[in-house]
Amino acid sequence: MKIEEALFRYALRMGDNSLVLGHRNSEWCGHGPVLEEDIAQANIALDLIGQARSYLTYAGEVEGKVRPSAPLRTEDDLAYLRGEREYLNVQLVELPKGDYARTIVRSFLFDAFHLPLQQALTTSSDERLKGIAEKAVKEVAYHLRHSSEWLVRFGDGTEESHRRAQEALDDLWRYTGELFAADEAEEVLAKAGVTPKLTDLHKEWSATVDRVLREATLKRPADGWMASGGKQGVHTEHLGPMLAEMQTLQRSYPGVEW
Amino acid sequence: MPSAAEIEQLLEAVKDPEIPVISIRELGVLREVSVNNGEVEVTITPTYSGCPAMDFMRVEVEKTLKQAGIAHFSVKQVLSPAWTTDWISDSGRKKLLDFGIAPPPHSADIRALKGRSPVVACPLCGSTNTELLSQFGSTACKALYRCKACKEPFDLFKCH
Repeated sequence: MKIEEALFRYALRMGDNSLVLGHRNSEWCGHGPVLEEDIAQANIALDLIGQARSYLTYAGEVEGKVRPSAPLRTEDDLAYLRGEREYLNVQLVELPKGDYARTIVRSFLFDAFHLPLQQALTTSSDERLKGIAEKAVKEVAYHLRHSSEWLVRFGDGTEESHRRAQEALDDLWRYTGELFAADEAEEVLAKAGVTPKLTDLHKEWSATVDRVLREATLKRPADGWMASGGKQGVHTEHLGPMLAEMQTLQRSYPGVEW
Repeated sequence: MPSAAEIEQLLEAVKDPEIPVISIRELGVLREVSVNNGEVEVTITPTYSGCPAMDFMRVEVEKTLKQAGIAHFSVKQVLSPAWTTDWISDSGRKKLLDFGIAPPPHSADIRALKGRSPVVACPLCGSTNTELLSQFGSTACKALYRCKACKEPFDLFKCH
Protein backbone atom coordinates (compact mmCIF):
# COMPACT_ATOMS: atom_id res chain seq x y z
CA MET A 1 0.00 0.00 0.00
CA LYS A 2 1.36 3.42 -0.99
CA ILE A 3 1.71 6.00 1.75
CA GLU A 4 -0.92 8.38 0.27
CA GLU A 5 -3.48 5.59 0.08
CA ALA A 6 -2.64 4.68 3.68
CA LEU A 7 -3.05 8.31 4.72
CA PHE A 8 -6.46 8.45 3.03
CA ARG A 9 -7.64 5.37 4.88
CA TYR A 10 -6.16 6.62 8.14
CA ALA A 11 -7.82 10.03 7.96
CA LEU A 12 -11.08 8.29 7.08
CA ARG A 13 -10.70 5.91 10.06
CA MET A 14 -9.99 8.74 12.48
CA GLY A 15 -12.95 10.69 11.12
CA ASP A 16 -15.27 7.68 11.24
CA ASN A 17 -14.33 6.82 14.83
CA SER A 18 -15.09 10.36 15.96
CA LEU A 19 -18.20 10.75 13.84
CA VAL A 20 -19.82 7.48 14.90
CA LEU A 21 -19.00 7.89 18.59
CA GLY A 22 -20.11 11.52 18.40
CA HIS A 23 -23.41 10.45 16.87
CA ARG A 24 -23.93 7.78 19.55
CA ASN A 25 -23.21 10.30 22.32
CA SER A 26 -25.55 12.83 20.72
CA GLU A 27 -28.40 10.32 21.15
CA TRP A 28 -28.40 11.38 24.81
CA CYS A 29 -29.31 14.94 23.88
CA GLY A 30 -32.68 15.55 25.50
CA HIS A 31 -32.54 12.15 27.23
CA GLY A 32 -29.66 12.54 29.69
CA PRO A 33 -30.10 11.11 33.21
CA VAL A 34 -29.55 14.58 34.68
CA LEU A 35 -29.39 17.95 32.97
CA GLU A 36 -25.64 18.39 33.50
CA GLU A 37 -24.92 15.06 31.85
CA ASP A 38 -27.29 15.77 28.99
CA ILE A 39 -25.26 18.92 28.33
CA ALA A 40 -21.94 17.15 28.86
CA GLN A 41 -22.75 14.44 26.30
CA ALA A 42 -23.92 17.01 23.77
CA ASN A 43 -20.67 18.95 24.29
CA ILE A 44 -18.52 15.85 23.93
CA ALA A 45 -20.45 14.86 20.80
CA LEU A 46 -19.83 18.34 19.42
CA ASP A 47 -16.07 18.00 20.01
CA LEU A 48 -15.99 14.60 18.32
CA ILE A 49 -18.05 15.68 15.32
CA GLY A 50 -15.83 18.76 15.00
CA GLN A 51 -12.78 16.50 14.91
CA ALA A 52 -14.52 14.27 12.37
CA ARG A 53 -15.07 17.28 10.11
CA SER A 54 -11.35 18.06 10.10
CA TYR A 55 -10.40 14.44 9.39
CA LEU A 56 -12.99 13.86 6.67
CA THR A 57 -12.09 17.12 4.94
CA TYR A 58 -8.48 15.99 4.96
CA ALA A 59 -9.39 12.48 3.74
CA GLY A 60 -11.22 14.02 0.78
CA GLU A 61 -8.20 16.17 -0.11
CA VAL A 62 -5.78 13.24 0.13
CA GLU A 63 -8.10 11.10 -1.99
CA GLY A 64 -8.07 13.85 -4.60
CA LYS A 65 -4.31 13.40 -4.92
CA VAL A 66 -4.48 9.60 -4.93
CA ARG A 67 -7.28 9.41 -7.51
CA PRO A 68 -7.13 12.67 -9.46
CA SER A 69 -9.71 11.51 -12.01
CA ALA A 70 -12.40 10.75 -9.40
CA PRO A 71 -14.72 13.57 -8.28
CA LEU A 72 -13.45 15.35 -5.16
CA ARG A 73 -15.35 14.33 -2.03
CA THR A 74 -16.14 16.84 0.71
CA GLU A 75 -16.61 16.11 4.42
CA ASP A 76 -20.38 15.94 3.80
CA ASP A 77 -20.00 13.54 0.86
CA LEU A 78 -17.92 11.24 3.02
CA ALA A 79 -20.26 11.43 6.01
CA TYR A 80 -23.58 11.15 4.20
CA LEU A 81 -22.89 9.27 0.98
CA ARG A 82 -21.06 6.19 2.17
CA GLY A 83 -22.67 2.92 3.14
CA GLU A 84 -21.73 0.94 6.24
CA ARG A 85 -19.21 -1.26 4.43
CA GLU A 86 -17.27 1.87 3.50
CA TYR A 87 -17.08 3.06 7.10
CA LEU A 88 -13.73 2.14 8.66
CA ASN A 89 -14.40 2.84 12.35
CA VAL A 90 -13.71 0.30 15.08
CA GLN A 91 -16.77 -1.64 16.19
CA LEU A 92 -16.55 -0.36 19.78
CA VAL A 93 -17.85 3.08 18.82
CA GLU A 94 -20.88 1.89 16.82
CA LEU A 95 -22.52 -0.24 19.54
CA PRO A 96 -25.82 1.10 20.90
CA LYS A 97 -25.52 3.61 23.73
CA GLY A 98 -27.27 1.27 26.19
CA ASP A 99 -27.89 2.57 29.70
CA TYR A 100 -25.75 5.37 31.09
CA ALA A 101 -23.24 2.98 32.68
CA ARG A 102 -22.67 1.35 29.29
CA THR A 103 -22.24 4.72 27.58
CA ILE A 104 -19.68 5.75 30.21
CA VAL A 105 -17.77 2.46 30.05
CA ARG A 106 -17.60 2.61 26.25
CA SER A 107 -16.47 6.24 26.30
CA PHE A 108 -13.87 5.47 28.95
CA LEU A 109 -12.39 2.53 27.01
CA PHE A 110 -12.19 4.71 23.90
CA ASP A 111 -11.01 7.92 25.62
CA ALA A 112 -8.18 6.07 27.39
CA PHE A 113 -6.98 5.04 23.90
CA HIS A 114 -7.84 8.32 22.16
CA LEU A 115 -5.81 10.58 24.49
CA PRO A 116 -2.39 8.91 24.08
CA LEU A 117 -3.11 8.55 20.35
CA GLN A 118 -3.80 12.26 19.94
CA GLN A 119 -0.82 13.10 22.16
CA ALA A 120 1.42 11.05 19.88
CA LEU A 121 -0.08 12.64 16.77
CA THR A 122 0.90 16.14 18.00
CA THR A 123 4.44 15.20 16.90
CA SER A 124 3.41 13.62 13.59
CA SER A 125 5.53 14.45 10.56
CA ASP A 126 2.26 15.07 8.70
CA GLU A 127 1.39 18.73 9.25
CA ARG A 128 -2.38 18.24 9.00
CA LEU A 129 -2.56 15.29 11.40
CA LYS A 130 -0.36 17.31 13.75
CA GLY A 131 -2.60 20.39 13.53
CA ILE A 132 -5.81 18.43 14.14
CA ALA A 133 -4.19 16.63 17.09
CA GLU A 134 -2.98 19.86 18.72
CA LYS A 135 -6.60 20.96 18.80
CA ALA A 136 -8.15 17.60 19.66
CA VAL A 137 -5.76 16.63 22.44
CA LYS A 138 -7.08 19.32 24.77
CA GLU A 139 -10.68 18.26 24.15
CA VAL A 140 -9.99 14.55 24.58
CA ALA A 141 -8.26 15.23 27.92
CA TYR A 142 -11.60 16.58 29.18
CA HIS A 143 -13.46 13.58 27.73
CA LEU A 144 -11.22 11.11 29.56
CA ARG A 145 -11.53 13.04 32.80
CA HIS A 146 -15.31 13.03 32.44
CA SER A 147 -15.69 9.33 31.65
CA SER A 148 -13.16 8.34 34.35
CA GLU A 149 -14.96 10.32 37.04
CA TRP A 150 -18.30 8.79 36.14
CA LEU A 151 -16.89 5.29 35.97
CA VAL A 152 -15.57 5.69 39.51
CA ARG A 153 -18.93 7.07 40.59
CA PHE A 154 -20.76 4.07 39.12
CA GLY A 155 -18.26 1.40 40.14
CA ASP A 156 -17.82 2.71 43.66
CA GLY A 157 -21.46 3.79 43.92
CA THR A 158 -24.47 1.66 44.75
CA GLU A 159 -24.79 -2.09 44.31
CA GLU A 160 -26.98 -1.46 41.27
CA SER A 161 -24.62 1.03 39.60
CA HIS A 162 -21.63 -1.24 40.30
CA ARG A 163 -23.42 -4.23 38.76
CA ARG A 164 -24.36 -2.31 35.62
CA ALA A 165 -20.87 -0.88 35.15
CA GLN A 166 -19.24 -4.30 35.60
CA GLU A 167 -21.69 -5.93 33.15
CA ALA A 168 -21.02 -3.26 30.54
CA LEU A 169 -17.27 -3.65 31.06
CA ASP A 170 -17.48 -7.45 30.68
CA ASP A 171 -19.58 -7.08 27.50
CA LEU A 172 -17.50 -4.34 25.87
CA TRP A 173 -14.07 -5.73 26.68
CA ARG A 174 -14.07 -7.94 23.58
CA TYR A 175 -14.25 -4.80 21.42
CA THR A 176 -11.06 -3.28 22.83
CA GLY A 177 -8.67 -5.59 20.95
CA GLU A 178 -9.46 -3.94 17.65
CA LEU A 179 -8.20 -0.56 18.92
CA PHE A 180 -4.66 -1.94 18.97
CA ALA A 181 -4.74 -4.32 15.99
CA ALA A 182 -3.14 -2.35 13.16
CA ASP A 183 -4.45 -2.76 9.63
CA GLU A 184 -2.21 -2.32 6.61
CA ALA A 185 -2.70 1.46 6.45
CA GLU A 186 -1.75 1.87 10.11
CA GLU A 187 1.30 -0.35 9.65
CA VAL A 188 2.52 1.59 6.63
CA LEU A 189 2.13 4.95 8.40
CA ALA A 190 3.69 3.75 11.66
CA LYS A 191 6.65 2.37 9.74
CA ALA A 192 7.08 5.72 7.99
CA GLY A 193 6.97 7.44 11.39
CA VAL A 194 3.82 9.42 10.53
CA THR A 195 1.63 7.84 13.22
CA PRO A 196 2.42 6.02 16.47
CA LYS A 197 2.63 2.24 16.68
CA LEU A 198 -0.64 1.01 18.14
CA THR A 199 1.16 -1.55 20.29
CA ASP A 200 3.03 1.33 21.95
CA LEU A 201 -0.26 2.92 22.92
CA HIS A 202 -1.53 -0.27 24.54
CA LYS A 203 0.78 0.06 27.53
CA GLU A 204 -0.50 3.51 28.42
CA TRP A 205 -4.11 2.49 27.79
CA SER A 206 -3.70 -0.53 30.02
CA ALA A 207 -2.18 1.54 32.84
CA THR A 208 -5.05 4.07 32.68
CA VAL A 209 -7.63 1.29 32.66
CA ASP A 210 -6.03 -0.42 35.66
CA ARG A 211 -5.76 2.80 37.64
CA VAL A 212 -9.37 3.89 37.10
CA LEU A 213 -10.87 0.42 37.51
CA ARG A 214 -9.04 0.02 40.82
CA GLU A 215 -10.50 3.28 42.08
CA ALA A 216 -13.90 2.25 40.74
CA THR A 217 -13.63 -1.14 42.51
CA LEU A 218 -14.36 -2.84 39.19
CA LYS A 219 -12.71 -6.01 37.96
CA ARG A 220 -10.67 -5.94 34.77
CA PRO A 221 -11.98 -8.70 32.50
CA ALA A 222 -9.53 -11.30 31.21
CA ASP A 223 -8.49 -10.93 27.57
CA GLY A 224 -10.34 -13.53 25.53
CA TRP A 225 -11.75 -13.61 22.03
CA MET A 226 -11.61 -10.15 20.48
CA ALA A 227 -13.99 -8.81 17.85
CA SER A 228 -12.52 -7.26 14.73
CA GLY A 229 -13.53 -6.25 11.23
CA GLY A 230 -14.59 -2.63 11.66
CA LYS A 231 -11.32 -1.38 10.22
CA GLN A 232 -12.02 -3.43 7.09
CA GLY A 233 -15.62 -2.20 6.84
CA VAL A 234 -17.18 -5.29 8.41
CA HIS A 235 -19.48 -4.03 11.14
CA THR A 236 -21.92 -5.23 13.76
CA GLU A 237 -25.61 -5.11 12.90
CA HIS A 238 -25.85 -1.80 14.76
CA LEU A 239 -24.00 0.53 12.38
CA GLY A 240 -26.40 0.17 9.44
CA PRO A 241 -29.51 1.41 11.30
CA MET A 242 -27.48 4.22 12.88
CA LEU A 243 -26.32 5.41 9.47
CA ALA A 244 -29.85 5.09 8.09
CA GLU A 245 -30.95 7.60 10.70
CA MET A 246 -27.91 9.86 10.35
CA GLN A 247 -28.17 9.90 6.56
CA THR A 248 -31.95 10.02 6.31
CA LEU A 249 -32.07 13.46 4.74
CA GLN A 250 -29.64 12.59 1.94
CA ARG A 251 -31.35 9.25 1.39
CA SER A 252 -34.78 10.88 1.12
CA TYR A 253 -33.69 13.89 -0.91
CA PRO A 254 -30.47 12.93 -2.72
CA GLY A 255 -28.14 15.88 -3.26
CA VAL A 256 -30.15 18.26 -1.10
CA GLU A 257 -28.17 21.23 0.26
CA TRP A 258 -28.77 21.92 3.93
CA MET B 1 -6.39 50.74 1.04
CA PRO B 2 -6.51 50.45 4.85
CA SER B 3 -3.49 49.02 6.63
CA ALA B 4 -3.48 45.68 8.46
CA ALA B 5 -3.71 47.52 11.78
CA GLU B 6 -6.72 49.51 10.56
CA ILE B 7 -8.45 46.34 9.39
CA GLU B 8 -7.82 44.74 12.76
CA GLN B 9 -9.48 47.77 14.32
CA LEU B 10 -12.38 47.36 11.90
CA LEU B 11 -12.80 43.71 12.89
CA GLU B 12 -13.21 44.79 16.52
CA ALA B 13 -16.90 44.96 15.51
CA VAL B 14 -17.04 41.18 15.08
CA LYS B 15 -18.13 39.66 18.37
CA ASP B 16 -18.39 36.11 19.63
CA PRO B 17 -22.09 35.28 18.99
CA GLU B 18 -22.25 33.30 22.23
CA ILE B 19 -20.59 36.00 24.35
CA PRO B 20 -21.56 39.15 22.46
CA VAL B 21 -19.53 41.51 24.67
CA ILE B 22 -16.16 40.17 23.54
CA SER B 23 -14.63 40.63 20.10
CA ILE B 24 -12.91 37.87 18.16
CA ARG B 25 -9.64 39.78 18.58
CA GLU B 26 -9.99 39.87 22.37
CA LEU B 27 -10.94 36.18 22.31
CA GLY B 28 -7.79 35.30 20.38
CA VAL B 29 -9.77 33.79 17.49
CA LEU B 30 -8.47 36.49 15.13
CA ARG B 31 -4.86 35.45 14.55
CA GLU B 32 -3.54 37.64 11.79
CA VAL B 33 -4.44 40.27 9.25
CA SER B 34 -2.10 40.77 6.31
CA VAL B 35 -2.31 43.00 3.27
CA ASN B 36 -0.38 41.99 0.17
CA ASN B 37 -0.77 43.84 -3.13
CA GLY B 38 -4.24 45.01 -2.19
CA GLU B 39 -5.31 41.51 -1.15
CA VAL B 40 -6.43 41.17 2.47
CA GLU B 41 -5.96 37.86 4.23
CA VAL B 42 -7.60 37.30 7.60
CA THR B 43 -6.57 34.25 9.61
CA ILE B 44 -8.89 32.84 12.25
CA THR B 45 -8.69 29.76 14.46
CA PRO B 46 -11.50 27.89 16.24
CA THR B 47 -11.64 27.73 20.02
CA TYR B 48 -12.86 24.11 19.84
CA SER B 49 -12.90 21.66 16.89
CA GLY B 50 -16.68 21.61 16.90
CA CYS B 51 -17.26 25.28 17.72
CA PRO B 52 -20.59 25.98 15.99
CA ALA B 53 -19.92 29.74 16.10
CA MET B 54 -16.95 29.49 13.73
CA ASP B 55 -18.92 29.68 10.47
CA PHE B 56 -20.93 32.57 11.88
CA MET B 57 -17.77 34.50 12.80
CA ARG B 58 -16.29 33.89 9.36
CA VAL B 59 -19.42 35.30 7.70
CA GLU B 60 -19.33 38.32 10.02
CA VAL B 61 -15.70 38.99 9.11
CA GLU B 62 -16.57 38.81 5.41
CA LYS B 63 -19.55 41.11 5.88
CA THR B 64 -17.53 43.65 7.84
CA LEU B 65 -14.79 43.74 5.20
CA LYS B 66 -17.33 44.15 2.37
CA GLN B 67 -19.12 46.95 4.18
CA ALA B 68 -15.81 48.76 4.53
CA GLY B 69 -15.46 48.63 0.75
CA ILE B 70 -12.73 45.99 0.73
CA ALA B 71 -13.27 43.86 -2.36
CA HIS B 72 -10.30 41.51 -2.41
CA PHE B 73 -10.01 39.39 0.67
CA SER B 74 -9.89 35.82 1.90
CA VAL B 75 -10.60 34.35 5.31
CA LYS B 76 -8.33 31.46 6.18
CA GLN B 77 -9.04 29.03 9.00
CA VAL B 78 -6.08 27.37 10.71
CA LEU B 79 -5.91 24.73 13.46
CA SER B 80 -2.25 25.08 14.33
CA PRO B 81 -0.95 26.49 16.59
CA ALA B 82 -3.99 25.49 18.61
CA TRP B 83 -6.01 28.20 20.30
CA THR B 84 -5.45 28.56 24.02
CA THR B 85 -7.32 30.55 26.65
CA ASP B 86 -4.00 32.31 27.32
CA TRP B 87 -4.72 34.25 24.12
CA ILE B 88 -7.77 35.95 25.63
CA SER B 89 -6.65 39.55 26.15
CA ASP B 90 -6.80 41.35 29.50
CA SER B 91 -9.65 43.52 28.25
CA GLY B 92 -11.39 40.31 27.12
CA ARG B 93 -11.00 38.74 30.56
CA LYS B 94 -12.42 41.85 32.18
CA LYS B 95 -15.42 41.82 29.85
CA LEU B 96 -16.06 38.14 30.52
CA LEU B 97 -16.14 38.85 34.24
CA ASP B 98 -18.52 41.81 33.79
CA PHE B 99 -20.72 39.56 31.65
CA GLY B 100 -21.00 37.07 34.54
CA ILE B 101 -18.54 34.47 33.23
CA ALA B 102 -15.49 33.67 35.34
CA PRO B 103 -12.42 34.10 33.11
CA PRO B 104 -10.25 31.03 32.56
CA PRO B 105 -7.44 30.17 34.94
CA HIS B 106 -4.04 30.71 33.35
CA SER B 107 -2.55 27.51 31.94
CA ALA B 108 0.55 28.21 34.03
CA ASP B 109 -1.69 27.50 37.04
CA ILE B 110 -0.43 24.06 38.00
CA ARG B 111 -3.85 23.03 39.30
CA ALA B 112 -5.42 23.72 35.92
CA LEU B 113 -2.66 21.83 34.11
CA LYS B 114 -2.88 18.82 36.35
CA GLY B 115 -6.63 18.70 35.92
CA ARG B 116 -7.33 19.58 39.52
CA SER B 117 -9.96 22.19 40.18
CA PRO B 118 -8.49 25.68 40.08
CA VAL B 119 -9.52 28.33 42.59
CA VAL B 120 -12.43 30.08 40.90
CA ALA B 121 -13.91 33.32 42.14
CA CYS B 122 -17.65 33.85 41.71
CA PRO B 123 -18.15 36.55 39.03
CA LEU B 124 -21.22 37.80 40.91
CA CYS B 125 -20.05 38.17 44.52
CA GLY B 126 -16.31 37.53 44.28
CA SER B 127 -16.27 34.68 46.81
CA THR B 128 -13.81 31.85 46.15
CA ASN B 129 -16.07 29.47 48.05
CA THR B 130 -17.25 27.84 44.83
CA GLU B 131 -17.65 24.31 43.52
CA LEU B 132 -17.63 22.59 40.16
CA LEU B 133 -21.00 21.19 39.10
CA SER B 134 -20.01 19.95 35.66
CA GLN B 135 -16.96 20.13 33.39
CA PHE B 136 -19.35 20.87 30.54
CA GLY B 137 -21.45 24.03 30.63
CA SER B 138 -23.78 25.92 28.33
CA THR B 139 -21.23 25.85 25.49
CA ALA B 140 -18.21 23.67 24.73
CA CYS B 141 -15.80 26.24 26.14
CA LYS B 142 -17.43 26.62 29.57
CA ALA B 143 -17.79 24.62 32.77
CA LEU B 144 -20.67 24.97 35.21
CA TYR B 145 -19.93 26.17 38.75
CA ARG B 146 -21.96 27.10 41.82
CA CYS B 147 -21.11 29.77 44.36
CA LYS B 148 -21.62 28.47 47.89
CA ALA B 149 -21.61 32.04 49.27
CA CYS B 150 -24.28 33.71 47.13
CA LYS B 151 -25.84 30.39 45.99
CA GLU B 152 -25.84 31.43 42.33
CA PRO B 153 -24.72 29.14 39.51
CA PHE B 154 -22.25 30.59 37.00
CA ASP B 155 -20.13 29.65 33.99
CA LEU B 156 -16.35 29.37 34.02
CA PHE B 157 -14.44 29.77 30.77
CA LYS B 158 -12.44 26.52 30.83
CA CYS B 159 -8.66 26.51 30.73
CA HIS B 160 -7.72 25.25 27.31
